[in-house]
Amino acid sequence: MQRLRVRYAKRGRLRFTSHRDISRAVERAVRRAGIPVAYSAGFSPHPKISYAGAAPTGVASEAEYLEIGVTMPSDPAQVRQSLDESLPSGLDVLDVVEAGPGGLADRLEASEWEVRLPGADRGLAEVAAEKFLAAGTVEVERLTKKGPRRFDARQAVLGLEVSEGTDRTAAQVGGRPCVILRMVVRHMTPAVRPDDVLTGLRLVADFAPPVPPEVTRLAQGPLDVGTGALADPLDLDRDVTRGGEAGPAGEHVAG
Amino acid sequence: MTVESIFHRLEALLPKVQKPIQYVGGELNSTIKDWDSADVRWALMYPDAYEVGLPNQGVAILYEILNELPGTLAERTYAVWPDLEALMRAEGVPQFTVDAHRPVRAFDVLGISFSTELGYTNMLTALDLAGIPLLAADRGEDDPIVLAGGHAAFNPEPIADFLDAAVLGDGEQISIAITEVIREWKAEGSPGGRDELLMRLAESGGVYVPKFYDVEYHDDGRIKRVAPNRPDVPWRVHKHTVMDLDEWPYPKKPLVPLAETVHERFSVEIFRGCTRGCRFCQAGMITRPVRERSITTIGAMVENGIKQSGFNEVGLLSLSSADHSEIADVAKGLADQYEGTNTSLSLPSTRVDAFNIDLANEFSRNGRRSGLTFAPEGGSERMRKVINKMVTEEDLIRTVTTAYSQGWRQVKLYFMCGLPTEQDEDVLGIADLAKKVIKAGREATGSRDIRCTVSIGGFVPKPHTPFQWAAQTDHETVDRRLKALRDALRSDKAYGRAIGYRYHDGKPSIVEGLLSRGDRRIGAVIRNVWEDGGRFDGWSEHFSYERWMAAAEKAGVDVDWYTTREREENEVLPWDHLDAGLDREWLWQDWQDAVSGGEVEDCRWTPCYDCGVCPTMGTEIQIGPTGRKLLPLTVV
Repeated sequence: MQRLRVRYAKRGRLRFTSHRDISRAVERAVRRAGIPVAYSAGFSPHPKISYAGAAPTGVASEAEYLEIGVTMPSDPAQVRQSLDESLPSGLDVLDVVEAGPGGLADRLEASEWEVRLPGADRGLAEVAAEKFLAAGTVEVERLTKKGPRRFDARQAVLGLEVSEGTDRTAAQVGGRPCVILRMVVRHMTPAVRPDDVLTGLRLVADFAPPVPPEVTRLAQGPLDVGTGALADPLDLDRDVTRGGEAGPAGEHVAG
Repeated sequence: MTVESIFHRLEALLPKVQKPIQYVGGELNSTIKDWDSADVRWALMYPDAYEVGLPNQGVAILYEILNELPGTLAERTYAVWPDLEALMRAEGVPQFTVDAHRPVRAFDVLGISFSTELGYTNMLTALDLAGIPLLAADRGEDDPIVLAGGHAAFNPEPIADFLDAAVLGDGEQISIAITEVIREWKAEGSPGGRDELLMRLAESGGVYVPKFYDVEYHDDGRIKRVAPNRPDVPWRVHKHTVMDLDEWPYPKKPLVPLAETVHERFSVEIFRGCTRGCRFCQAGMITRPVRERSITTIGAMVENGIKQSGFNEVGLLSLSSADHSEIADVAKGLADQYEGTNTSLSLPSTRVDAFNIDLANEFSRNGRRSGLTFAPEGGSERMRKVINKMVTEEDLIRTVTTAYSQGWRQVKLYFMCGLPTEQDEDVLGIADLAKKVIKAGREATGSRDIRCTVSIGGFVPKPHTPFQWAAQTDHETVDRRLKALRDALRSDKAYGRAIGYRYHDGKPSIVEGLLSRGDRRIGAVIRNVWEDGGRFDGWSEHFSYERWMAAAEKAGVDVDWYTTREREENEVLPWDHLDAGLDREWLWQDWQDAVSGGEVEDCRWTPCYDCGVCPTMGTEIQIGPTGRKLLPLTVV
């Protein structure tokens, strides 16, 4: 069975989709696009579509991944176009490759996040980031389904930079100035999310943004520990199946 | 003047609410038109949560038809949950449409589709959030016309104070006609303001404008007279009936939501109307006559709908789907068509006969035979005669035996409690019936691995039915009988575990009864409930019986008088000036026949019994067979 690996984005107002919403939308889009998706056997057959590390509800992403099993050999470029056309605008297909050996999830070692904080103070943010990075551990608490859980938010953070820009989601009101945090966070158990890092910033330096942050995952993939850079996780597949030809969104993203 | 989107203000609130996706729109096949490209603009509301409202066929059909009309735009709006409502109030965000997130107050019409009376409080929330005065009398030139439709609009009197207008029956043609009246009036420079527009709508007899009718009461509280208070307003307002469903093959572009909704499928109405004559069934009475959609149109709609939506389930909707004259060919044709495509077909139907099982077998060819549903509605033979549900115990046992022996493991049986003339033993009869069903199933299959679920709810007498004069059974009696039935089902260890029991207690039915047969004096009760925090009354976790009773008391309304009181033949009923096509004398005769156990056949296959619809409405029964088959279509 051929497997196709898909990188897609979750943009704008569609960042409010939950993982379950996305999986229903993808199943329907696959049917509409006429992609020959394989089904599991048994009483209630399910399409063979699997997802790797979905971004939380409310968080946008430029780098979500899923894998589709197909019953007939399919051209990745064509699947990219037809699946993108069949998905609602805001769930946008960026790249499709034929899967090579090795699991996709294993390659997603870290994520690069962008956190926009409208109305926050840049100076305070910089101080907080410095203090956070200087700390050995920063214990935070998050409410999980099993109740409150304490864990270290510091160790997973490989880089944290502060810059400035404008607020992107409310662009129609002219774009308020905002502080931008960029961070590379290693995938660990329990997962450290950007909001855990924000909690950490509040704990170490009393830094609290005035309005809810706008969070976007920019990339996820294999981590170069030396440089802290993330590689495109689909390049390995491309190397095997296409002799290393890069796809449209196959650029390496620097952390 | 262009109206701006409020999305940026809403967006800031969304991270703080449950299931934010339901408020962002962007459904596949949704339409956003340029505000200035239209001169008539509709906001269409389903007054319940998005997950319930989005799949509603009525709203979806009108949304599509109006958006197809040049110079017209339609957007949708739904009830927001209390968490978002609180934030919207705090931040001053108005009720919005999910399409372009425009404020509802900016539209020309706010059309609200009421499938049930329990959406009335949600209408008030939406009006209030929109900044539209709750009372029609307080509205000005900048407020939309608030227009009700749907089955509950066949007695809009309890919400008459909040409505500018109401429409009875099928909405396809009348919504276009209303649009053209508004367009013309606006083009003329809106002469005479709101009143003239409402007059123009009312004069045709196609739109009910409550304020143009005065209600007079007797000293004892009964209605004396409902009469127009202006010349040129007709004494009676008639319902609308689309006569050729093949000319209206909607939905063509099914809305596919991102959020999870209650029906995740593509639905096609295979016919409208029902002539089975079940006396409790308002839908069956007010949607007459039967009008079938042809087999070829059904086939084309299914093919297109699946292609457009990507849904993997098709529902063939109607009030009694197995009664379509070519249903066997439809079922076989679709099952052939979609075999091996992981597309499932469903036929919500409750007819108790072997034919129904043949259909269900066809629809479950590749899948699991899990459960079949039948609706005998009454527990005893006598009770079923009263409600004109012509099913004998023999029929039922024979049917379920066939179902079990053909591999179905579970049978669901639907009943009602509190039917007219009902005695304790009629309800206890359900326990005997369920045991006989299990016994027959065990004998037929030689297995103990079969189940039967009894599902029962309280009966609510509805306007425009033979039971519109009936006394509703009080909730104490209903609850006592439901409890006795539970005990009877559980008492016998040999069957107890094989029989499931689901019931709804009697209190919500009383509130539903108050709203169903209420008059204009009930408006104060609805408003009191809403002011006291009443929202989402169709949801048991939000519904409060005590709140409704307190609100009624405050308004000086005697709930029993409206619910458990039997009406006399000559009492003026609040909806008598609204014409569903049914002859009042026939309804009364049928009510008398009910009490004496007389039955009425289905007029599709037997001579006309003069219910009045066809002659007064200028309509006729339209059924096949056409003799055509589903052509081999291209499989998706």
